[in-house]
Amino acid sequence: MSTATVTRPTHHSPRRGTPDSHGFPTRPYDLVKEFVVALVVVALLTVVLAAVFSSPDEKAITMADWAAQAPNDVVATAAGELAGTTTSASYGPPYNTAGDGQNLGPLKLQKWAGVRIPVDSAADLVLTPLSKVTGNTDLATALTTWNGATPDQQNKWASAYSDALSKAPDNDPKQVADGDYGPVPAISAAFLTLAQTGGLEGALTSSGNFYGGDQTRSLLLLSDGAYLEDQARARHLGGDQWGMMNETGNFPGQPWMWLYTFWYQVPPFSTSDNADALVWGLMMLLTLGLLLLPFIPGLRSIPRWIPVHRIIWRDWYRDHPRRT
Amino acid sequence: MTATQAGGTPPGTSSKSWTVRTRDRMSRVVPQGQVLPDRQPAYMSSWIYVFGVLTLAALIVVIGSGVLLAIGGVTWWHVSSLGHFVNSLHLWSVELFFAFMVIHLWGKFWMAAWRGNRALTWMTGVLAFLGSIGTAFTGYLSQTNFDSQWISGQAKDGLNSVGIGAFFNVLNPGQMLLWHVALLPLVLGVIVLLHVVLVRRHGIVPPIDSEGADADVEDAR
Repeated sequence: MSTATVTRPTHHSPRRGTPDSHGFPTRPYDLVKEFVVALVVVALLTVVLAAVFSSPDEKAITMADWAAQAPNDVVATAAGELAGTTTSASYGPPYNTAGDGQNLGPLKLQKWAGVRIPVDSAADLVLTPLSKVTGNTDLATALTTWNGATPDQQNKWASAYSDALSKAPDNDPKQVADGDYGPVPAISAAFLTLAQTGGLEGALTSSGNFYGGDQTRSLLLLSDGAYLEDQARARHLGGDQWGMMNETGNFPGQPWMWLYTFWYQVPPFSTSDNADALVWGLMMLLTLGLLLLPFIPGLRSIPRWIPVHRIIWRDWYRDHPRRT
Repeated sequence: MTATQAGGTPPGTSSKSWTVRTRDRMSRVVPQGQVLPDRQPAYMSSWIYVFGVLTLAALIVVIGSGVLLAIGGVTWWHVSSLGHFVNSLHLWSVELFFAFMVIHLWGKFWMAAWRGNRALTWMTGVLAFLGSIGTAFTGYLSQTNFDSQWISGQAKDGLNSVGIGAFFNVLNPGQMLLWHVALLPLVLGVIVLLHVVLVRRHGIVPPIDSEGADADVEDAR
């Protein structure tokens, strides 16, 4: 219905240009009815989609699952934590000072933010949970030996065992070549046993608090192993598989993050050790551009150059031909 | 008793009362009759206009399904078929919400809808889009399932690389859940409210060249 009527006098913007919308001829328009109909339609559409497609809910991987499915990976991860070679152990801020982290040119934002979530991978992820195990004299002896050694000696033992594990068939601890590994094999084996019993999560998360709501340590440990990533890659969720925006199963995930995820798929980002900072820097710049689009010459004129608006307002333009 | 004594300040007169000043300021935010008008400009005749209200409607469904999930608690939906269905409602309403919002955003871009003092309307819309991405993201981190484990492990590196992760710990589902159900919805709600008020304040942007002015695409103040 287009019963156009003038209802108010025209008020123009101070500058020559866009006229005041309140000065145009009007037609009846029931906003409340439109909203109620939209609400009903969206609600019904949601119910239909939920009923037909459901939603994904793949169970979280437990430490016991990890130990059962990939015991050699658990042992290798424990040895890596002790050697300081895992991702978390060599991460830098916000977990430790093992590195400076990434930077945006001269801006060392990761370093400047500081170590606000301190995690000592060897102590917090392996040794402290094991120190609470009782009734295992071999473990107690191994921990005593470890704690009595110098940091240099500890590193030599753990690095040697970690290297030997990586060279063993299937990374099997039972097939590791002979060597001077000190108490590390015993500690790693006890760590696997603790994970198998299901007691590792509690030792990692509670941190002295009955309510263990913070999973930082558990997730760092799990991410340090290869099992979690293997599972994710098998579900096409790897970082180079558009993983950040996807989820398990055939569900849409977060397609609105396509641009952020896109940069990780292409050089130089896909090959850079500094990729995260570069992608974040680029996305912050692009986001600022979107936010300030009305003030950016050229970009703000694109809608005039590519006249999609002639389709949107075709009724208006038909009734109001442009003046020459 | 005069009108002033009864609590009414004559229009147009200045007052030292903070209440009166606030009331006067609020009454000027949206032109009289434009809060909920029953007429719209004749040029508002396209399906693209529907996507703004569809986005709002989807947001209501998102909040409603989220409130239902909150009643059952964090892990309810893992062990209850009803809970799983409510989670599905939440997921699909979010997908619809973003689909409608992105179409709405593109529509407003091609209309150059920032013209005629509407830059703040555009900017609040962009902020609402960003706030929605953050809210949805924290939702994915609060699922307490495999997706949460993997997405949080991946996301931490990006956030840590620019220093954000030191304060916004994606590996802490307790923190993420509170951001998801309290902080971000509150901020997003305020932004959306401001956006809608600005739309009502300035009205629907007129067609490009509706007065034949060549400079109007740039007129964003």
